Amino acid sequence: MREIITRGRIAAAIAALSLLAVACGAEEDPATEPDAAVDDTVAEDTDPADDVGEEDTGEAEVTADGPITVYSGRNEDFVGFIFDDFETATGIEVEVRYGDTAELAATIVEEGDASPADVYFGQDAGALGALQDLGRLTALPQDILDTVEPTFRSREGQWTGTTGRVRVLAYNTDLVEPAELPDSILDLTDPQWEGRVGWAPTNGSFQAFVTALRVSEGEQVAREWLEGMIANGAAEFQNNTAIVEGIGRGEVEIGITNHYYLFRFQAEDPDFPVANHFLPGDIGGLVNIAGVGVLASSDQQPAAFELVRYLLSEDVQVFFGRNADTVEFPVVAGVDSPELPTLEEIDPPDVDLSNLEDLQGTLQLLQEVGAVS
Amino acid sequence: MSSEAPSTSDQLTRQLPDGPARPRVGSRRVAGVHPAIWVPSLVVATAMLLPAIYLVVATADLPLARIVEIATDGQTLRLAGRTLLLGTSVTLACLVLGVPLAWLTVRSDLPARRFFAIATGLPLVIPTFVGAFALVAAFARGGLIEEWFGLVPPSPYGFWGAFAALTLFSFPYVLITVQSGLRGIDPSLEEASRLLGNGPVRTFFKVTLPQLRASAAAGGLLVMLYVFSDFGAVSILRYSTFTRGLFLQYRSAFDRSPAALLGLLLVGLTVAVIVFEARVARDRGGQFGARGPTRPAPAVPLRAWRWPAVGLCVLVLLVGLVTPVTVIVFWLVRGVAAGEQLNVALGPAWRSILSAGLGALAAVAAALPIAIWSSRSSSRVARLVERAAFTGYALPGIVVALALVFFGIRLATPLYQTLAMLVFAYVVLFLPQAVGAIRTSLIQVNPNVEAAARVLGSDRLATLRRVTLPLARRGALAGGALVFLTALKELPATLLLAPTGFDTLSTRVWSATEEAFYTRASVPALLLILLGSVPLAVAMIRERRER
Repeated sequence: MREIITRGRIAAAIAALSLLAVACGAEEDPATEPDAAVDDTVAEDTDPADDVGEEDTGEAEVTADGPITVYSGRNEDFVGFIFDDFETATGIEVEVRYGDTAELAATIVEEGDASPADVYFGQDAGALGALQDLGRLTALPQDILDTVEPTFRSREGQWTGTTGRVRVLAYNTDLVEPAELPDSILDLTDPQWEGRVGWAPTNGSFQAFVTALRVSEGEQVAREWLEGMIANGAAEFQNNTAIVEGIGRGEVEIGITNHYYLFRFQAEDPDFPVANHFLPGDIGGLVNIAGVGVLASSDQQPAAFELVRYLLSEDVQVFFGRNADTVEFPVVAGVDSPELPTLEEIDPPDVDLSNLEDLQGTLQLLQEVGAVS
Repeated sequence: MSSEAPSTSDQLTRQLPDGPARPRVGSRRVAGVHPAIWVPSLVVATAMLLPAIYLVVATADLPLARIVEIATDGQTLRLAGRTLLLGTSVTLACLVLGVPLAWLTVRSDLPARRFFAIATGLPLVIPTFVGAFALVAAFARGGLIEEWFGLVPPSPYGFWGAFAALTLFSFPYVLITVQSGLRGIDPSLEEASRLLGNGPVRTFFKVTLPQLRASAAAGGLLVMLYVFSDFGAVSILRYSTFTRGLFLQYRSAFDRSPAALLGLLLVGLTVAVIVFEARVARDRGGQFGARGPTRPAPAVPLRAWRWPAVGLCVLVLLVGLVTPVTVIVFWLVRGVAAGEQLNVALGPAWRSILSAGLGALAAVAAALPIAIWSSRSSSRVARLVERAAFTGYALPGIVVALALVFFGIRLATPLYQTLAMLVFAYVVLFLPQAVGAIRTSLIQVNPNVEAAARVLGSDRLATLRRVTLPLARRGALAGGALVFLTALKELPATLLLAPTGFDTLSTRVWSATEEAFYTRASVPALLLILLGSVPLAVAMIRERRER
């Protein structure tokens, strides 16, 4: 008899939880309201470039009503409120799934044509290139592409960068004299740097740099540099964050990373003893991108293009260049970040960031020399 | 609720003739398993094979020559060797650490025994990607230990780092299953051994330990296969295993087929381990305690060993729990001092409880028929079904998540990216934890109990309902708690399969640490640890009330 009571209690608990689940789901799925009326006015104030575009006039007339679903490999802390502002500005509802850049790209591939995603927002050109190669993306309207510096967008026109991130050498200001900093990343194989350098060979942006090195300086140089670094005792870290953290501790003195991680550490710890060393004109100063593409399978493409336009609008670009959490390079011509050198000063190498055959080749090279095991 | 459990079984067992020796004859022959058991078992087992089927589909894109090339590549073989090395050594270390700790915290007169019984299980609630991160922050060159104490601790990187971290954060699998096993032992056997003149040490090795074989093996298997699937610790502590190689394929080359092939090879490795475990831990179901724990066993006095034993418990807690928690609290304090805003993350906490809670309930429900069937029948099919459950558990979370993306969107479109889908994913990922715990609790009870119920006129279904299920309650509770804990920490499936916008504590912690926002990670991380400790504490307190 007691047993029965017990089972009744468990059943009640399950029922209660399920009810809550249903309630919660309902809360999470707000009824889609037709807010599309705002559309026309919006197109004007968010997108001055719209008038210039010739090929998309047909699309501009289609009501961009949404809601749209974004798969975002970019962190909610960086971009969440930008999506909110976009909703307010356009009335187009945005639902966002946050995750890892590569894993979300893989998800879109597995989902195929039924994918609920309309927009993919990743922080790696390689992932965007993979989606483009597999036919998951659609061509962006010419007016969008025209606003972006050619280095920062796909040569096939299916994705565009939204911000640039520059490869730098971060160094511990207590342990490294500015005078001894090298002008080229290739100098890090010099004996004076033995045991002092940290790198992250499994990291996407590091591998993009190795790809650039192979393309611009040749396989032999790339291989010798990697072998030289290993012989010099380069310490392997899991990712860029871990490198900068390790430099701060003094675990290594200098590290090959992206420029923006430093700012976050400084936000939490103002005394963080690390500074960035830019490498103008050097292959080590490669500019990578975070960027977006619109899915070929999306039935909300006009609304999706609106979002892309919004991300490239001057306000948002200025914001990306200033926000303490990101401080990335604007990709739209004429917008500069006050916190960073200009692109001319950086003078980045010209490399197709989404060339996948090169990515596979880079992974193989890294495995062959033993940088990645 | 289960304060009544022993009395139910007691009433039944008391009606049995109390023979001096309980012959093994007949113990396996609870004739004819009811369809209510084997039908759902087969359904669940089929669902468990989805990730493996997906891997075959994804590998099929590769030409045969390339398959052979990857499979026989020196790199692949090295990864296999390293994975086995790490898995075996961590498992052995967890057994060496977990079995004595379980005994100390259940059967000895250890000071503050009940506190330690709960607390030593707590390192399990720390996600390895947080724990490993915290260990690096503490132990790396220039880390907190060096900064605060001026000591240079051993390096946390490489094999030894991964070994230490995985041992610390997964030995509770052994601890918890063995604790549960110890509580299920009938103390009269040990007393008989003592009366026959055996000392306490000999009694432990000759009488107690053999009865723990099944539960220790179940815990050890969970550890071994967890090591196979772990990505957090091995990537942060820089030790390459199969799973890390597989992630690299996804993340660097954006190519699913070589990754899928590595996944299939990992399935092969898992099968080998499972077959091996089945040989080592041939369970002796029903051989020992016919009654289950009829009364609490008296605490064994530790005498001179009291304080060294306390020292061991404290040391484990210090490294496995206090160090990571201190590092997290340090992040919190440092960030607040620098003027960072904190948000309390109640929404994510609630969503964590909801999804992990439903996951635990669903896993227990799915595990019950399989556990009953495989503990009450010697059928080969039953063994196969039980073992099939391990497929999802041993695979990296991302593989299982992508498999369910692949099948979910095609076969269960309306459920795709709903809470139901996520709960299903948790079942596929963590079912073995529930099956193992329930099965262990059933094996300890002689099937003659059920036979007696039948003799006394109860039909098969009623016996199942009135005898077997109540006997499984202890295991269901422990298994449910384990699934809850691990589902709380789960990441890849939660990110890909939860309803859009359904952020949980673990996704919060991940997204913050990923971008070096340690202060923002600290509050959800602490909440996660707090929530994870609740089911363990509840299970313990109930246990106490039973006595």
